[in-house]
Amino acid sequence: MLAHSREHKIYQWRKLKDTLFKGLFFTAIVISLAALAALLGGILMKGLPYLTLDFLSSYPSRFAAKAGIKSALAGTFAFIMITGPTAFVVGVLTAVYLEEYAKKNWLTNLLQLNIANLAGVPSIVYGMLGMVIFVRGLGLGRSVLAGALTMTLLILPVIVVATQEAIKAVPVALRHASYALGATTTQTVFRVVLPVAMPGILTGTILAVSRALGETAPLITIGALTYVAFLPTGPMSEFTVLPIQIFNWVSRPQAAFQDIAAAGIIVLLSIMLLLNGAAIYLRNKYRKPVE
Amino acid sequence: MNMKKGLTLGLSIVMAATLLVGCGGGKTEEKKPAATGKKLAGSVKIDGSSTVFPISEAMAEEFRKINPDVKVTVGESGTTGGMKKFVPGEIDIADASRPIKKEEVEGVKKRGDDVIEIPIAYDGLSVVIHKDNTWAGTMTVAELKKLWEPTSTVKKWSEIRAGWPDQPIKLYGPGTASGTFEYFTEVIVGKSKSSRADFTASEDDNVLVKGVAGDKNALGYFGYVYYLHNKEKMKVVSIDTGKGAVTPSEQTIKDGTYKPLSRPIFIYVSKKSLERPEVKEFVTFYLKNASKLIPQVGYVPYAESHYQEMLKKVQ
Repeated sequence: MLAHSREHKIYQWRKLKDTLFKGLFFTAIVISLAALAALLGGILMKGLPYLTLDFLSSYPSRFAAKAGIKSALAGTFAFIMITGPTAFVVGVLTAVYLEEYAKKNWLTNLLQLNIANLAGVPSIVYGMLGMVIFVRGLGLGRSVLAGALTMTLLILPVIVVATQEAIKAVPVALRHASYALGATTTQTVFRVVLPVAMPGILTGTILAVSRALGETAPLITIGALTYVAFLPTGPMSEFTVLPIQIFNWVSRPQAAFQDIAAAGIIVLLSIMLLLNGAAIYLRNKYRKPVE
Repeated sequence: MNMKKGLTLGLSIVMAATLLVGCGGGKTEEKKPAATGKKLAGSVKIDGSSTVFPISEAMAEEFRKINPDVKVTVGESGTTGGMKKFVPGEIDIADASRPIKKEEVEGVKKRGDDVIEIPIAYDGLSVVIHKDNTWAGTMTVAELKKLWEPTSTVKKWSEIRAGWPDQPIKLYGPGTASGTFEYFTEVIVGKSKSSRADFTASEDDNVLVKGVAGDKNALGYFGYVYYLHNKEKMKVVSIDTGKGAVTPSEQTIKDGTYKPLSRPIFIYVSKKSLERPEVKEFVTFYLKNASKLIPQVGYVPYAESHYQEMLKKVQ
């Protein structure tokens, strides 16, 4: 009887602990969601009235009422069009090399360690690197191409690591089956491993690209401009991007610029949401059951 | 081993192709201006101080209405950042909130070019306090120096002038990389960039505006235009140089009685760039419209005769 009641007490205590932790976790998520809601609410209230077709199709102006994001929006798109594919191709091939071809020796380990470290380097350092290599070294000037390549370097480590994880998750039985049929390493990689790993790779890439979308510091360092009243006509064109335009408006003395900055933020957030939505869609579409 | 070579080769081909596609696009773009013929085309590149940015932006915006094919771009990487691009000839015009330095002029001359200095407008640095501050409406330069010098130990208002409240003082000012900081320390403390360090610093003047507006014991300084647009939220301090207190206003900044915090801001034009018709046209436009456009963005223009004189300098 006594033993039974003691056991019961322990059980109750554990139950209580369980409830406590549940409460703690719930509070944590409420705090972060509340912060997000407050932020989004404030921006939507401020910016939505200014989010008009004119705002999307006008060039920047010294009058807030006339200013728009046409050149910034086009610049952002041009820049993502180069960064996305370049980073994807180079990143995936690097990961494939490291996972499938490289011998497991100290050199590979060193490379691996450095790639992981690179993912944590502050973005402004990449800006300085881009300034030296692309803008001055290769003479690309302050072009979309120079900006996009700088950003490619910035997000490459993230894509490499994500791809490696996705490749590692491919069941070994699939590779064995492929080899058993007489396939070479390359055939196995391109026909078996990569297709299976693709959802993970795409998710990693898209998330990395949306990070590049919001970065300002490296682009300011390489000398991306603030006032541009023409659309990029090619990779060598000068450009501006949304975060730079928003940054400029936020620091203006006239209060009206704060409002259109909020409208700009809404546009930037929508693009990011769209990209992240695409990541989820692609992940679900390509995730075939592997048995 | 073969496989590895194949992969390397594949990789190089992809990269080479990307680069080639890139260059191809660039070439067609460069051909365009030539094809448009007589109309003024080409590009004018401006970079530099974020203080001067709104003026150059206004000029670019209006210029575009007349010459839609000239691509005018304006950056804001700071006075020094702009000079770093101006000296090697990467840009045509440098916006500056301080006079050009000797070594910068030498750098430009070294590549066979020369600089034309154009003081374009005045900016009156404003010292501001909270709107409920009833005591510090006027301060002397000596008091400001005592407050801001690097060795300053002033922590309370009462330590600046006897009779002021025994309340802590909270200081706000621009970041150390800004031209405003350089100018303020030079004329108030007596040595450029020499300031006490225990103040809230921000490169974004709106942060300073919010700080001063929300803190009864605050004192801060920034460009006149930020005071102009936040007049109802704060009070401006009149500066006494010994000849009576002067409040910054368009009039006192322009006639030079607001001393010593009224400063000229500049654009510097490369003489070589000026040989290009589009740059010459743009600078001419800049000077002809200065009196009209500069007040619109919150700065104080020079007298019209000054711009006429500058026009002769660039012809």
